[in-house]
Amino acid sequence: MAVITYREALNRALREEMNRDENVFLLGEEVGEYDGAYKVSKGLLDEFGEWRVRDTPIAENGFAGLGIGAAMAGLRPIVEFMTWNFALLAYDAIVNSAAKMLYMSGGQYNVPIVFRGPGGAALQLSAQHSQVPDPWYANIPGLKVCAPGTPADALGLLKSAIRDDDPVVFIEGELLYNMKGEVPDEEHVVPIGVADIKREGADVTLVCHSKMVKVCSDAADTLADEHEVEAEIVDLRTIRPLDIDTVIESVKKTNRAVVVQEGWPYSGIGAQVVDDIQREAFDYLDAPVARVSSLDVPMHYARPVEKHILPSADAVVKAARHVCYLD
Amino acid sequence: MDRRTLDRREVDLGGYEREQLHDMLSAMLLSRRFEEKCAESYQMGRIGGFCHLYIGQEAVAVGGIHALRDDDFVFTAYRDHAQAIVRGIEPRAVMAELYGRVDGCSKGAGGSMHMFGRDVNFMGGHGIVGTHLPLAAGVGYAIRYRGGDEVVLCYFGDSVVNGGPFHEAFNMVAKWKLPVIYVVENNSYGMGTDIERVAAVDRLVTRACAYEGMHSERIDGQDALAMHAAVAAAAERARGSDGRPTFIEAITYRYLGHSMSDAAHGTYRTKEEVQAERKNDPIATFSDRLMEADLLTRGEYDEINQAAIDAVEDAAEFAENSPHPEPSVAYDNVYADEFRGGLDRRDAWR
Repeated sequence: MAVITYREALNRALREEMNRDENVFLLGEEVGEYDGAYKVSKGLLDEFGEWRVRDTPIAENGFAGLGIGAAMAGLRPIVEFMTWNFALLAYDAIVNSAAKMLYMSGGQYNVPIVFRGPGGAALQLSAQHSQVPDPWYANIPGLKVCAPGTPADALGLLKSAIRDDDPVVFIEGELLYNMKGEVPDEEHVVPIGVADIKREGADVTLVCHSKMVKVCSDAADTLADEHEVEAEIVDLRTIRPLDIDTVIESVKKTNRAVVVQEGWPYSGIGAQVVDDIQREAFDYLDAPVARVSSLDVPMHYARPVEKHILPSADAVVKAARHVCYLD
Repeated sequence: MDRRTLDRREVDLGGYEREQLHDMLSAMLLSRRFEEKCAESYQMGRIGGFCHLYIGQEAVAVGGIHALRDDDFVFTAYRDHAQAIVRGIEPRAVMAELYGRVDGCSKGAGGSMHMFGRDVNFMGGHGIVGTHLPLAAGVGYAIRYRGGDEVVLCYFGDSVVNGGPFHEAFNMVAKWKLPVIYVVENNSYGMGTDIERVAAVDRLVTRACAYEGMHSERIDGQDALAMHAAVAAAAERARGSDGRPTFIEAITYRYLGHSMSDAAHGTYRTKEEVQAERKNDPIATFSDRLMEADLLTRGEYDEINQAAIDAVEDAAEFAENSPHPEPSVAYDNVYADEFRGGLDRRDAWR
């Protein structure tokens, strides 16, 4: 097992899949000469040439649509958005074209494409550059949505996404690119739609994905060290399709749950998870399910306010204590 | 619309075989009769949803598509019945789609605006104004990526030229020399708005000047041969590794309303204008010209027209008898492969 960064894991996935299948190509702003705004595509232009690593104009709706057309013609494009905030300009292409093509053509044209890039808050990027796009895409039938929280999952899920015959929205964490973690040296593929128990525990289930895996991990340490609470962490990894079975099984064991997400609370991913839990595990619950999310406001620029808006390990600890009736 | 400022003059009939000309006439008549039947069926409640008819614009579809090879690709917007049929989807399958039946070319899932025919490279049938222009560029990219020599023909309405996807697609196809032929069907009106009221340019074709390497011309879209010649030349220009994209502005006219839900004239154009345009009918002028040149007899015309009527009646009967889809097909084709956990998990109480 090598220890590499989340960024290097994504780069490895891209390189391996481009070597494996000549129909796979990458396009987006700065992906070639510049090696990617976050250096995820480092070295790929030299290795694969400009037709397979295509620098595009800053025209998200245009190049996302171009990718969709290429996918309809049998290629497997990977469209990189510099951030998911910019992909709002391509929302029409993703939602109206990619997600609907197979359905409205009566099964004739599938769209094997990956849309990927960083989402979520970074450091003081304020309102337009800090958004969590997860529910915007998870709401759409026809799309699959992945949001890995570790280097190994980033590698394995991106490889699955590239091989998938449907459009996959792949949301990376802007603050995760430098995260280090163990990654298998051999071929590593993580199936889409399968959650992972990142830590076992008997007292409370923490449900999370992407950056919140680390937040929950820190919270679980505190809960164990200071409060004698053993938390079980369920990392969703994919938020559509949602592996709710793994969540339900955990809740049946712990009888308590805290659902944690970085994004806004209203109509968020956590709302879906809570709904599933109350319908499928109501009789097993010993306390109402708690949610931790960002505040229901746009992102503020000033550091103390930004910190206050984002979900923290402290908040997760408080919520876990609350559902365990410890406060 | 001012037809004095066209870039292409009348095309010489000498370059065409009699059979080829009859095929074009046949395709235009089939489109016309098909759309007339659609109007009738729509009024009788057999067709639902939005229904945009192509009557008056037939030469644009027929001239252009008849200039392509079988392995080329065609895209269009939501006014798509004629293009689908002309490209080779059976009228039966198009009518069954309009009726929402299982034998429809999109299995009844798409309806009027979403005709698809993968076996004839007909790539839809797109309902959001302008979205399919980048898609067509993507097929062009795939052709170039594989070193092929096919081309993509992409139709759209005049309202598209004012939106972002138009410029984003044009920039990419010009920069990367993608084999795409864009045809704006300028029928003067984006729904009920005169294009001259909202476009800051007189000749839409001049929009292409912003993109170096893109050939452009404005032609009479009511002349099937002008359309055929323009697309044939564009296809030749586009094929191969150093191909160039083309933008064609086809001046045309739709006789009916934007869709079946609005009148042919009234709020935004006069009855007199529609009547005057109808005098320049693409089918009548084409058949008159062939007759004058002794390339068509009245008897042959009647035969071709009767064949079109028969095909359309057959299509309507076929559609009427095709089964409605079972409600359970709602879950079909949402995904190409297995959806873990099942799509119906949250769909109780049906």
